[in-house]
Amino acid sequence: MLSIKNLTVNINEKVILNGINLEVNAGEIHAIMGPNGSGKSTLSHVLSGKPGYQITGGTIQYKGKNLVDMAPEIRAREGVFLAFQYPVEIPGVSNVYLLKAALNAVRKHQGLDEVDAMDFLSLVKAKIKTLDMDEKFLYRAVNEGFSGGEKKRNEILQMAILEPALCILDETDSGLDIDALKVVAEGINALRSSERAFIMVTHYQRLLDYIKPDYVHVLAHGQIVKSGGADLALALEKEGYGWLEQGQVSA
Amino acid sequence: MSDSTQEINQIINQEYKQGFVTVLETDTFAPGLNEAVIHQLSAIKNEPDFMLAYRLHAFRHWQTLTPPTWAQVTIDAIDYQAISYYSAPKRKEDGPKSLADIDPEVLAAYKKLGIPLDEQERLAGIAIDAVFDSVSVATTFKGKLKEVGVIFCPISEALRDYPELIKTYLGSVVPHTDNFFAALNAAVFTDGSFVYIPKGVRCPMELSTYFRINAANTGQFERTLIIADEGSHVSYLEGCTAPMRDENQLHAAVVELIALRDATIKYSTVQNWYPGDKQGKGGIYNFVTKRAECRGDNSKVSWTQVETGSAITWKYPSCVLLGNNSVGEFYSVAVTNNYQQADTGTKMIHIGKNTRSTIVSKGISAGHAQNTYRGLVKVLKSAENARNYTQCDSLLVGDQCGAHTFPYLEVKQPSAQIEHEATTAKIGEEQLFFCQQRGLSAEDAVSMIVNGFCKEVFKELPMEFAVEAQALLGLSLEGSVG
Ligand SMILES: Nc1ncnc2c1ncn2[C@@H]1O[C@H](COP(=O)(O)OP(=O)(O)OP(=O)(O)O)[C@@H](O)[C@H]1O
Ligand SMILES: [Mg+2]
Repeated sequence: MLSIKNLTVNINEKVILNGINLEVNAGEIHAIMGPNGSGKSTLSHVLSGKPGYQITGGTIQYKGKNLVDMAPEIRAREGVFLAFQYPVEIPGVSNVYLLKAALNAVRKHQGLDEVDAMDFLSLVKAKIKTLDMDEKFLYRAVNEGFSGGEKKRNEILQMAILEPALCILDETDSGLDIDALKVVAEGINALRSSERAFIMVTHYQRLLDYIKPDYVHVLAHGQIVKSGGADLALALEKEGYGWLEQGQVSA
Repeated sequence: MSDSTQEINQIINQEYKQGFVTVLETDTFAPGLNEAVIHQLSAIKNEPDFMLAYRLHAFRHWQTLTPPTWAQVTIDAIDYQAISYYSAPKRKEDGPKSLADIDPEVLAAYKKLGIPLDEQERLAGIAIDAVFDSVSVATTFKGKLKEVGVIFCPISEALRDYPELIKTYLGSVVPHTDNFFAALNAAVFTDGSFVYIPKGVRCPMELSTYFRINAANTGQFERTLIIADEGSHVSYLEGCTAPMRDENQLHAAVVELIALRDATIKYSTVQNWYPGDKQGKGGIYNFVTKRAECRGDNSKVSWTQVETGSAITWKYPSCVLLGNNSVGEFYSVAVTNNYQQADTGTKMIHIGKNTRSTIVSKGISAGHAQNTYRGLVKVLKSAENARNYTQCDSLLVGDQCGAHTFPYLEVKQPSAQIEHEATTAKIGEEQLFFCQQRGLSAEDAVSMIVNGFCKEVFKELPMEFAVEAQALLGLSLEGSVG
């Protein structure tokens, strides 16, 4: 589904990603770990098309197409979803309005009719229930005054409604309390399918206790320095990143 | 500048679509202002003698005044001798008796603006007075309105046909001594609309005036007077556009509304005067005094304005709440972009008992623009149990624009309840990218955010205008994705 080859990315002349290689197939879950500032969010942003990054080398193929050439909204409509590390507030725009506009944008792109108001409301109410959120959140302005954990949950709500093919979760677990982590993890697990892939950026094993990854990658200094199975995360939890800093390169 | 800032700017910086000039034969006065010009003006309009006296009186007062400087705007001195005070499409004899007498170029201009004046194409349910430079060129549905006793005509006509109403009400809300521009307007006003709704009548259609500035080097001095007699109801709309020109042009209007007992006036404006170019060259100076008096008990006046145009806007549609239980409302969206400046707001003067006022102001600034809200809530000793609610929100697009809020409060009555809320938000690149990441185009995202911000005001506009207002901001909600 996603094939990243030798990707190098600068921000204002400074090298941030320095030769990333990553293959993600439908049905897989990849966890990306790594020290603060190593480039995890940068990779998520580049995949979703955020402006401000210069791609200086390499390729990104998504479903056989060149992702780099696609506008961010086209990527979104083609099924690339980013759950933001820091979701923004949009005063004056209700959550339910955004959700509907987003869903219709995706549906239109797929050649489907716009969803009618009644169907949409029942869909959204069903989804919000599974995430244990109050329906009042639908009518509040997007993320405005939401707590850190509520914002993260709201990202998963959007993901559940849009049903994207490639879900990129940037530290969705950070800031969640223990119960919320469980609810969010269940929400993510409910979306797992052979058609869908996940890239989960995280610092903690506790998320991976709920959602077992197929692969774990360690990003450091803009490179994937180590890849492995679910065990790698456990080793990291114990040992930290220090032992990888010796310049070891992934197999 | 990053891509998404550029995108925001492109969306906001849509071209001014009403900037064309209509080439016409006109009767235009030479520039300059003195008593002879006022004599000439009054004569060309066939005014009764009392009007000439009124104008001269105002003019002599104006000569003693200096232009105000308190507004948060930067402005070059205006040379009042360089302006022509009258320009009208040339007409046959006594002015057009029917549309057939109107210069086809003028009709074409209105058509191009989406305001058809000819019989077949008239907008159903809306009567229109079309003011072109200094004169009203047509008023539709006059006859039909007359059947229910509603008078809707150019004010120049009302001066001749309804002198008693004029003598009673003209200048009774905004006297010529009110301020510099009100004095100037009283001296040289040319046209505008006159509305009288008789007792107990609910005006059967929306009334509207469409102001068009066409001629160069002229000022437009609009004068509008609306009287809602006891128990009556009227909804009035105004729209404004002008050609793109490098020099600034002055539109100095006075609008007076009078609501008698149990009467309601709803006054809506979509102001889209030419704002000047991206460097701030040209554009209309929109200096307007708009005031309503709720004279009778239980009367109500509601001002709704969407201000997107003009180089400088300086206006404070106000309500004097004299009658007990009277209600004043002000809903405003003011958008400034590039080098536009707006200093706008309202005054709510509570005099009667149990008077209520609501102020909802939404200022949007982009580019290098400055947007100021200035509002006064004044509660006199007599206004027992007066209530005011003010909400004042600013939205900044980019980081080179400014928003300023000056709420003034004068309360002499201890039982008054006053609430004030203010917020400032910013459309940033992060918000735009967030929306795009959810599948919305940048255009739809800005539209969604700005509309969300303005929706409390848009919902106050009559349907047709709400649509126009959204379109004006480049914001059609139905805007196609892709
Ligand atoms: N706009 C910017 N200008 C300059 N440097 C930047 C900018 N954005 C990110 N960086 C730098 O790029 C590097 C990678 O940042 P990134 O946010 O991708 O890290 P991360 O791995 O997500 O970290 P964390 O675990 O703290 O979220 C950091 O050194 C950061 O300071
Ligand atoms: Mg990060």
